[in-house]
Amino acid sequence: MSVDVNMSVTGDSAENLSLQQKLSTALGLIGLFIMTLSAFNIGFQPKVLWMTLSLVLISVGIIWYAKDLYAGKPEGIKNDRIYFKSLTNRGFWAYVLGLVFTGFYIVLYFYPSLLGLNKDGENTGVIALFDPLSKALSGNPASQWFVYGTLYTLAILGFGIKFLWKYRHSRYHILRTFSVMFFQLSFAFIIPEVMARLNSDNFSLPYYNLVNIWPLNYYNFEQYRVDEFISAGAVGIALLIFGVASILVITPILTYKYGKRWYCSWVCGCGGLAETAGDPFRHLSDKSQNAWKLERWLVHSVVVFVVIMTTAVVHSYLKTDQYWLSGSTFLISVGVLLSLIFAWVMIFKREQIQKDAKYAAIGFFVLIIALIVLHFSGMIDNIFLLEAETLRSSYGFAIGAIFSGVVGVGFYPIFGNRVWCRFGCPMAAILGFQQRLFSKFRITTNGGQCISCGNCSTYCEMGIDVRAYAQKGENIIRSSCVGCGVCSSVCPRGVLKLENDSRDGRINSKEILLGNDVDLMDLVNQK
Amino acid sequence: MKQEHIVIIGNGIAGVTLARHIRKLSDKRITLISSETDYFFSRTALMYVYMGHMKWNHIKPYEDHFWKKNRLELKNDHVEHVDAKNKKLELKSGENFSYDKLVIACGSKPNKFGWKGQDAKGVLGLYSKQDLDELEKYAPNNKVCKRAVIVGGGLIGVELAEMLSTRKIPVTILVREKHFWNTVLPDEEAKLIDRHIREHHIDLRLEKNLEEILTDENGKAKAVKVKETGEIIDCDLVGLTPGVSPNIDFLKSSTIELNKGVLVNEYLQTNETDVYAIGDCVELREAIGERPKIQAVWYTGRMMGETLSQTLCGNPMKFKPGHWFNSAKFFDIEYQTYGWVFPEPKDGHTDFYWEHEDGKKCIHIHFEKESRKFKGINTFGIRLRHEVFDYWLTKEATVDEVIINLKKANFDPEFFKQYEKQIQQKFKVSKN
Repeated sequence: MSVDVNMSVTGDSAENLSLQQKLSTALGLIGLFIMTLSAFNIGFQPKVLWMTLSLVLISVGIIWYAKDLYAGKPEGIKNDRIYFKSLTNRGFWAYVLGLVFTGFYIVLYFYPSLLGLNKDGENTGVIALFDPLSKALSGNPASQWFVYGTLYTLAILGFGIKFLWKYRHSRYHILRTFSVMFFQLSFAFIIPEVMARLNSDNFSLPYYNLVNIWPLNYYNFEQYRVDEFISAGAVGIALLIFGVASILVITPILTYKYGKRWYCSWVCGCGGLAETAGDPFRHLSDKSQNAWKLERWLVHSVVVFVVIMTTAVVHSYLKTDQYWLSGSTFLISVGVLLSLIFAWVMIFKREQIQKDAKYAAIGFFVLIIALIVLHFSGMIDNIFLLEAETLRSSYGFAIGAIFSGVVGVGFYPIFGNRVWCRFGCPMAAILGFQQRLFSKFRITTNGGQCISCGNCSTYCEMGIDVRAYAQKGENIIRSSCVGCGVCSSVCPRGVLKLENDSRDGRINSKEILLGNDVDLMDLVNQK
Repeated sequence: MKQEHIVIIGNGIAGVTLARHIRKLSDKRITLISSETDYFFSRTALMYVYMGHMKWNHIKPYEDHFWKKNRLELKNDHVEHVDAKNKKLELKSGENFSYDKLVIACGSKPNKFGWKGQDAKGVLGLYSKQDLDELEKYAPNNKVCKRAVIVGGGLIGVELAEMLSTRKIPVTILVREKHFWNTVLPDEEAKLIDRHIREHHIDLRLEKNLEEILTDENGKAKAVKVKETGEIIDCDLVGLTPGVSPNIDFLKSSTIELNKGVLVNEYLQTNETDVYAIGDCVELREAIGERPKIQAVWYTGRMMGETLSQTLCGNPMKFKPGHWFNSAKFFDIEYQTYGWVFPEPKDGHTDFYWEHEDGKKCIHIHFEKESRKFKGINTFGIRLRHEVFDYWLTKEATVDEVIINLKKANFDPEFFKQYEKQIQQKFKVSKN
């Protein structure tokens, strides 16, 4: 994972590696090598020492490399030669890295035994190497997910430091990078592990990363988790309520005030990895209108999928009548909630959504109503009973594993660092919907100063053609914008500013830009 | 009724803005002729391609399917002669191309002042796609190009220096003035830029002129001679960046009236009926306010395009640009300006200057002494809001009002340090 170096075989880039960069790369690779060797049961002993050595070497490698790359140079944008390097311009090393990542995810999700996970008996291989750390935190031996979590956290911290150096002139980037580093280290990594220590025979909480909100955390309301929440008494119930409130109450409020960036580039772990380890690949996102169209259909289909899947799963255990909430009541509540949202959009926000979004919304609504009708006509069991489990497992496979992991991260060096966030994440889609329709957030365009250079669009990791708006003097209000702020940083003319401001004049379509004849502006812009 | 055919010579920002707006307003047939590139690109972004920040595709503001979809015909050819009487163009390909209305938007070319060796190989300006290709040829890396000398201290000169330094090519800049871009910037800002250029290890030579360019036996530049000192500086590339002038040689055989540029009236119309001109190649017969008659500026080209589209679509409109504004970037330091700040305050005007202790941020305000009316601001390293300054200039705000409300005009990203208090403090002490 520390292979963020330019080992270009083309041009004259390779020899531009300084001595320190060569040494730091070597250190990082030795660290990775130790970990790789451990997969073959070399039997490193004591494990604590070798694990520590491996992790420290990787971290030092990354940080040292970053220091040599950026420290001591004047503060500013550091995008020189990005398109000349094999690794960052879809060259040989990009494909090598992509294949390594993809392979790692396939092993992780589908063949954890290769990493040393043994169903019965002690861990071996890489997973065993991490046993000491896992025992220190949670008291339990490591799992493949613990190994993954540790490496993931290491990547965010290490490359986070690199990012901090690279953008040290921008306090916006400094703060949000510290924020994702903090949330990953504490909420996503340490707290859930330590919470596991509280578990005993008569008290047990499910593994819960509080900032991993449904629907990103699509399994949050599955029966085994809900049972555990309920059996854990007040704390468990509070967590369950928090889980529901997160998506229904907390996210709309925060998104109203700050845009979806509060989550996507300040809190979220997927975003955290994309912004740090994925930063060298941000320019690879596809900016074409076709890609935008694909994005709209794909990401919203995932939302529909996750809503139906979750509804079906929850309904399948609620209808057994062991819970205070009955299956029917639950279904009706979901139906009412979705109808209210649908009605609100159609009545108040009609003009603001694209035609295809309207079709999709209507389709979604019809589907939900159909399910409810089916329920009361008694036919629902045949559909949901059979399909709840199938739906759940196919969602977990297709979206949870393949899309977010194998494709989402594995293809960083090919499709850019936000493929998952843009095309697949249902959480991002819901937050985006809130952001587009009722938020104070926008990227303000500074009058007529745009020179259409294209840096903003090129470096937008979400593939938004920022320039298309800026060169018309329009503010940028797009549901997919994660508010990373890089467009504003790379703009050479100070044209873009992310801000939360009054909703009046937030959407401002303009044809004649500021600076021209005021009569002409009035004539054309006021129609 | 026959569909009117509007032909635009040039596919830069002026011509393309015009074409887009005519399409919005009408169904006329529109053709853009250019021999530079098939598709419109952002000239100001050429540097980023050489620096590896972007690829060629990224600096094209519209996807290639845009033109067909909007029925904007593109013709890759070069106009050799304009026959305004018969409304015909003679093209390099030999074709005769007729128009109903002609718009000349052919831009500028780099200035050359008759230096010996100025047309040698390895001597180039930085204006066109072709210049970029040449640069790749003569300065691909620091082995082929061991040193480059840039002549001229302006915006293109500093861009070229930044470009070359990303390939680790040592750069010398010869600047005629006392400080960088001193013809436009007051001493304080010009000195700030001097320092920043040197921080990037550029060999900046002030008050030095080019005597001649020395060439080798193949006719390629090998050194320059400095006028003041007689020093010979060995180099493999010479960048000539002492400004640009209208690219109008191909019009000399026509009946269109020319001076330094294509002469136009306030409706952007030439002496010939149905022939108009916009953008860099234009010379206004009457100056507008403090603006020079020839303005090779992106924004001016765009505004002329916006305005002329109205005239061509039946709503005659004079070119009346609003308050002056401009922007640039010197390596890592951004520059914006609103209203007029001259190298020296004009008669009856005075100034206020604030510089941050790091020497990389400053603002410079000019205002009228008596009335304290605000005239303009230069800002370096701090982003300011166009809209707010445009409003202040329109309502003729006083300098005091501007300083008190400066925070409203701040456009820096969130969480950035703000300097209004420091600025207000210094203003209080120095101007009360």
